[in-house]
Amino acid sequence: MRSQFVRIAGSVAVIAGVAALPPAALAQWEPTKTVEFIIPAGTGGGADQMARTAQAIIAKHGLMKQSMVVVNKAGGAGAEGFLDVKGAQGDPHKIIITLSNLFTTPLATGVPFNWRDLTPVKMLALDQFVLWTNASKPYKSAKEYIAAAKAAGGKFKMAGTGAKQEDQIITAAIEQLTGAKFIYIPFRGGGDVAVQLVGNHADSTVNNPIEAVAHWRGGKLKPLCVFDPKRMPYKAKVTDTMSWADIPTCKEGGLDVDYLMLRGIFMPGGVTPDQVKYYVELFRKVQATPEWKDLMERGAFNQTSLEGKEYADWVAREEARHVQLMKAAKFIAGQ
Amino acid sequence: MDEIQSLLQGFAIVLTLKNVALMFTGIVLGVIIGVLPGLGGANGVAILLPLTFSMAQAPGGTTSAIILLSCIYWGALFGGAITSILFNIPGEPWSVATTFDGYPLAQKGRAGEALTAAFTSSFVGALVAVIVITFLSPIVAGFALEFGPPEFFSVYLLTFCAFIGMSKEPPFKTLATMMLGFALAAVGTDPVTGTLRLTFGSTHLLTGFDFLIAVIGLFGIGEILLTLEEGLAFKGAQAKMNMKVVIETWKELPKYWLTSIRSSVVGCFMGIVPGGATPASFMSYGVARRFSKDGDKFGTGMVEGVVAPETAAHAAGTAALLPMLTLGVPGSPTAAVLLGGLLIWGLQPGPLLFVEQKDFVWGLIASMYLGNIVGLIVVLTCVPLFAAILRVPFSVIAPIIIVICAIGAYTVHNSIFDVWMMLVFGVAGYVFKKLQYPLAPLVLAIVLGDRAESSFRQAMLISQGDMTVFFSNSLVGSLTGLALFLLFWPLLSLLLARLRARY
Amino acid sequence: MSESGGGKPAFRVRAAEAVVAAVFFALGAIVIFDSARLGFGWREDGPQPGYFPFYIGAIICVSALINFGLALAVAGEKNGVFVEAGQLKLVLAVLVPSAVYVGLIGWIGIYVASAAFVAFFMRWLGKYVWWKVAAVSIGNSVVFFLIFEVWFKIPLPKGPLEAVLRLN
Repeated sequence: MRSQFVRIAGSVAVIAGVAALPPAALAQWEPTKTVEFIIPAGTGGGADQMARTAQAIIAKHGLMKQSMVVVNKAGGAGAEGFLDVKGAQGDPHKIIITLSNLFTTPLATGVPFNWRDLTPVKMLALDQFVLWTNASKPYKSAKEYIAAAKAAGGKFKMAGTGAKQEDQIITAAIEQLTGAKFIYIPFRGGGDVAVQLVGNHADSTVNNPIEAVAHWRGGKLKPLCVFDPKRMPYKAKVTDTMSWADIPTCKEGGLDVDYLMLRGIFMPGGVTPDQVKYYVELFRKVQATPEWKDLMERGAFNQTSLEGKEYADWVAREEARHVQLMKAAKFIAGQ
Repeated sequence: MDEIQSLLQGFAIVLTLKNVALMFTGIVLGVIIGVLPGLGGANGVAILLPLTFSMAQAPGGTTSAIILLSCIYWGALFGGAITSILFNIPGEPWSVATTFDGYPLAQKGRAGEALTAAFTSSFVGALVAVIVITFLSPIVAGFALEFGPPEFFSVYLLTFCAFIGMSKEPPFKTLATMMLGFALAAVGTDPVTGTLRLTFGSTHLLTGFDFLIAVIGLFGIGEILLTLEEGLAFKGAQAKMNMKVVIETWKELPKYWLTSIRSSVVGCFMGIVPGGATPASFMSYGVARRFSKDGDKFGTGMVEGVVAPETAAHAAGTAALLPMLTLGVPGSPTAAVLLGGLLIWGLQPGPLLFVEQKDFVWGLIASMYLGNIVGLIVVLTCVPLFAAILRVPFSVIAPIIIVICAIGAYTVHNSIFDVWMMLVFGVAGYVFKKLQYPLAPLVLAIVLGDRAESSFRQAMLISQGDMTVFFSNSLVGSLTGLALFLLFWPLLSLLLARLRARY
Repeated sequence: MSESGGGKPAFRVRAAEAVVAAVFFALGAIVIFDSARLGFGWREDGPQPGYFPFYIGAIICVSALINFGLALAVAGEKNGVFVEAGQLKLVLAVLVPSAVYVGLIGWIGIYVASAAFVAFFMRWLGKYVWWKVAAVSIGNSVVFFLIFEVWFKIPLPKGPLEAVLRLN
């Protein structure tokens, strides 16, 4: 309870020195108790890894005086976590990391919440999606693969994480664009999905880089294209012959689908700008650490990072896009 | 043999004073985590993960970090048995099957024996699994790749069929509780289409019924209510409380060598597939009951009924680390968190881990040997202490148990609604037990229900609704065949026996 | 408890069996109802979301009906005592305070509620002297507080007392 005393002593000092301090120092908000960091997904997944790394960085570099606890609330495709934060109106000691289920879960299940119930804080990064096939298959490019899928007449199997979430949305987008048909098979986690592909139980996946990289390096899987308008910037060799930057974009390969997944921080609604500012700065500091840069490179993340209005605008655009994509795929509840 | 040399090197890495101290710390923490239902193994490891982050950056630090975390895991595996045996409250899901005979043993005043048997079998199971990992990892790691949805479904079916068998309870009551378990498992998000099922718009039901809440209520609270009827005391207070009981039990254990081997095989299989430690313990208990000559006495307090599930659970829990390391597929929630840890430290699990991170891998394997030995020593020396808890007067221990149960139920989803559900399950457990509605099939159905359903429907998607997919290759065919044989065998033998008795 | 050995029955087996079977039937009906909403057919690519729940619900209902029938068929002399009045009183003596305890968790936090619950039990059923009651009940909550909040950082529900002590 040492920090308790430090804080009390500190506040006494503040009261004593009120007149001497410039007003800006007074306005500076800081957490006064343990901060809860909610993950609307299970343990071990991408969001979980990112949140726990951030928590570890914050603890290791002493970026926050109070401690931070990570809580997984994965129930109902993440609805559990979002509803918890929605219900904590005005609580500045709660933050949540989001993935695409911020948009997909309310649309697909009809659970009553929207990102506008929350306060956007900061985008940390965007997660990439790569089209993978088993290395033993003959396809050299996305085009060849799609052609083969079309020729198979709807027998090709796409394995992915979850139902009516990002993986299935990408699959649906590919189907709408190319006219190829896939059997989409939902699995529990990205690791399972990658192994199903290695074991030839599926024909392709759209795994995130970090989920499949080990099998790529082991020569079991091969990437066909990345669903980002630009190539990934990481030039260090991952396998003997290829780096992340060598993977063509899907657009280059004639498959004009792009999809990036939000990894961003939100707070409950009704918090003050000061409180938001505190977390923005906190995560800026996290992003400046070498450990964070490591994580970005290992997972081949797109390091776009937005704040404030830009971030909110981006989220609004993404939401509109998800509504459109999911409408076209008939994934919306009650549709 | 390369493996032996690598292993010796691993021992050289692990055997530093610091690492051994970390092992003890990990085991003790793990036991605490395993004992309290509110602190799951996954939870405990996740919480300590950030702590290991700076540790992992020192030279050789990843090994120390994984030693600490994996020892918590072993500790939790050991610890789960303690409350199962003493109070009928499984601290971890995989110790549910341990309650079936462990608790009756404790009631007879043989808690020390049950605990010793549980701990020793846990150790044996883990040891077998580590030996398999040490020498057979390249061969068995590929085995998991053979498992697609149809294979997983047949494994779950096999678990079910191995366990259900002959029930002493009235058949329609067994059927009713089992189906109730499946119904409870179906609540929440449908795994294949993502629509909400049986939630009726309630946000509390979004998360479904967690297995732990049902188990804490049915077994823990239900048992307290039953005990109350018979007066304000726990039976078994006269438990022997010295170390002699350990030696005496050890003399008896070699009798069950066949059960041990069978359970180790079941456990290793389920760990590598990965099917999970909880199904492994149920399957092993079911198989042991079927093949033991005292099979019909199972459930009344047989040491063999403790040996079987504990050996398998620990073997599966240990073997689950193999697919995690070689394929990046976690075999249990705790393994999932360990996997996240590896990634955070900059290690990439996968086929190349064994080549590129030799020191780490063999250090980890060496720590599995040592960690389990340390674990066994720690828990065995505490047997008299654990058994002594039963001497605490009922009016003191009962409310504390209820408090522990409440905390355990709350922490699953941080929801007080779950604590209410725990009480409801408690009353149900009490009534069911009195009216001979069996609890075990209900619990197993909750554990396996949604997994079995999702693999079944995944398989149906793959085959486009063709059921023959469950016999489409030799692996899935033999698993399904074995399952069906086990399912119908009791029926057949019962019919035969009836016919024989009549004519 | 020995004095309740030949006590008068609160419920007989037949009644208890019938009630439980009825509850099962109701649960099964609820499951069927929602499955019907979801669709319980078998489409070309396998079962719909409600397929399994529908049949599960159906089996529950059928089993419940059979169990209900079997319950009514219990002959008079076999209709033993399900629970005696004395036993029921003991069970309720734990169940009712437990329910109150769970209700209190949301109001005053789990630690204070637990201390009160343990204290109540020890005093009422165990008849311990007050200092022992206080030591065990408060000590228990303090230990849990240390384990969950301080060491493992698992936030449990807290109430006004923790707010005053600035422990949350």
